[in-house]
Amino acid sequence: MSTPWVRTALAGLTALAVAGLAGCGGGSGSANSPSSASAGGKVTGKVTVFAAASLTESFTRIGRDFQAAHPGTKVTFSFAGSSDLATQINQGAPADVFASAAPANMKTVTDAGNGAGKPTTFVQNQLVIAVPKGNPKGIRRLSDLTRKGTKVALCAEQVPCGAAAKKALSSAGVKLRPVTQEQDVKAALSKVTLGEVDAALVYRTDTRSAAKDVQGIEFPESKNAINDYPIVVLKDAPNRAAAKAFVDYVLSAKGKAVLTRAGFQAP
Amino acid sequence: MVGIDEQDVVARPGGAASPRRVQRVPMGLMIPAAAGLAFLVLPLAGLLIRAPWTTLPRRLTEPGVLTALRLSLQTATTATGVCLVLGVPLAWLLARVEFPGRRLVRALVTVPLVLPPVVGGVALLLAFGRNGLIGRWLDSTFGFTLPFTTAGVVVAEAFVAMPFLVIAVEGALRGADIRYEEAAATLGSDRWTTFIRVTLPLVAPGIAAGALLCWARALGEFGATITFAGNFPGRTQTMPLAVYLALETDLQAAIVLSLILLIVSVAILALLRDRWLTAP
Repeated sequence: MSTPWVRTALAGLTALAVAGLAGCGGGSGSANSPSSASAGGKVTGKVTVFAAASLTESFTRIGRDFQAAHPGTKVTFSFAGSSDLATQINQGAPADVFASAAPANMKTVTDAGNGAGKPTTFVQNQLVIAVPKGNPKGIRRLSDLTRKGTKVALCAEQVPCGAAAKKALSSAGVKLRPVTQEQDVKAALSKVTLGEVDAALVYRTDTRSAAKDVQGIEFPESKNAINDYPIVVLKDAPNRAAAKAFVDYVLSAKGKAVLTRAGFQAP
Repeated sequence: MVGIDEQDVVARPGGAASPRRVQRVPMGLMIPAAAGLAFLVLPLAGLLIRAPWTTLPRRLTEPGVLTALRLSLQTATTATGVCLVLGVPLAWLLARVEFPGRRLVRALVTVPLVLPPVVGGVALLLAFGRNGLIGRWLDSTFGFTLPFTTAGVVVAEAFVAMPFLVIAVEGALRGADIRYEEAAATLGSDRWTTFIRVTLPLVAPGIAAGALLCWARALGEFGATITFAGNFPGRTQTMPLAVYLALETDLQAAIVLSLILLIVSVAILALLRDRWLTAP
């Protein structure tokens, strides 16, 4: 009988458990990835990058390019919600680099003394209105979302895209009653993809990566709720030299080009 | 593994004149049993130790918490009712009627058990969503859609929890002595009357156990609910959803919310179990 109870408890605390497990593995991570930065500045070894879920497509691409530019390196990603990643890092997960989708989650990590140096804002992301391809409801601006019979999904205020949506809506003076407050931006987007809602407020990059099913409508008020993405090398990075090289690569013109193509904008 | 403690021999209180000796517990069972118990209880201990107990009363009085708790209890209870109405006849069919493809049907009933709940939620959307197989018809005929409604929460919970009830009741039916039903039949009772007057009372404890299991599973349901019914306070935000979102910003709040759900559900289950399942 106790299994469902335990499941109940675990349902809400998965991240905690994951963080704990990751913490246990902390010691072995560094032993497995010997790193060396020779006199010529050549970097090798494994780099573990914890990055916000919205960076999945662009960072995977950047990781491939980085490996090609630095033979002997191997970039491994863990993509998840920024707050989950921040919790894992503070619980001792063996990561080299943290790229967050919101300054607040980065602050959690740096406040705990786990950042090496100051984080750099490397891109910004902006909200757009995601509608099904063809825009069947003819939505043009933010106030159209309040029309009767229009179902809208927002992110919950606790996650970055929800906080940004709240800011954008209040600056536009639009009172919106969503049918749901989703747990992350991808969940909000999937409600549009599945046709369950008529519109959702998501990041521009999300509509780019789902261009097959949805289209993004820009709205001026999103300028008031721009999301900064900070990146930092972590204090306990098992491979600090390669971590620094990876961050430099993200900030380089080549990295910026990949990110811009995905819909991000330069800070 | 030679020496076994003599302490294992325990006198049972209230036994006959000569104290009955309990069989020694073999170490081969005792050690994994203790490990199993520790495995199940340790995470709970972690929760209890980390809990900020002083803030618990204050959290309880926050309006959002009580709303979510009430919604959780209401939807889990309704879902259990739905599962009883649909699941008990299904269990009877599987246990008592020979029909072609019965094994396949039995396997299909367990599908929600192996399906990750989030996938279950997507599957529900594809069936009952606004553009789903049946949902499209519901919308065009009655102008009614299930996603993002409290009814949608009940549907998601019932989908995930019903297999627990069906499996428990089917097991009880298979364990029940079929001769009672045969005797009723020889006395002229038709199958419906036999089911109501003989079978149901016979397997009542099994049904109660299944219903409790089903209720507990429905109460803890997260993945299918948030995917199918979404998350809106007062309408579809049950306690597990509130816990998940609290975890985004405030670990302490998440722990307290988990504890509240845990305490309430354990209390209710213990109460019902004593009443229903320990009767001789």
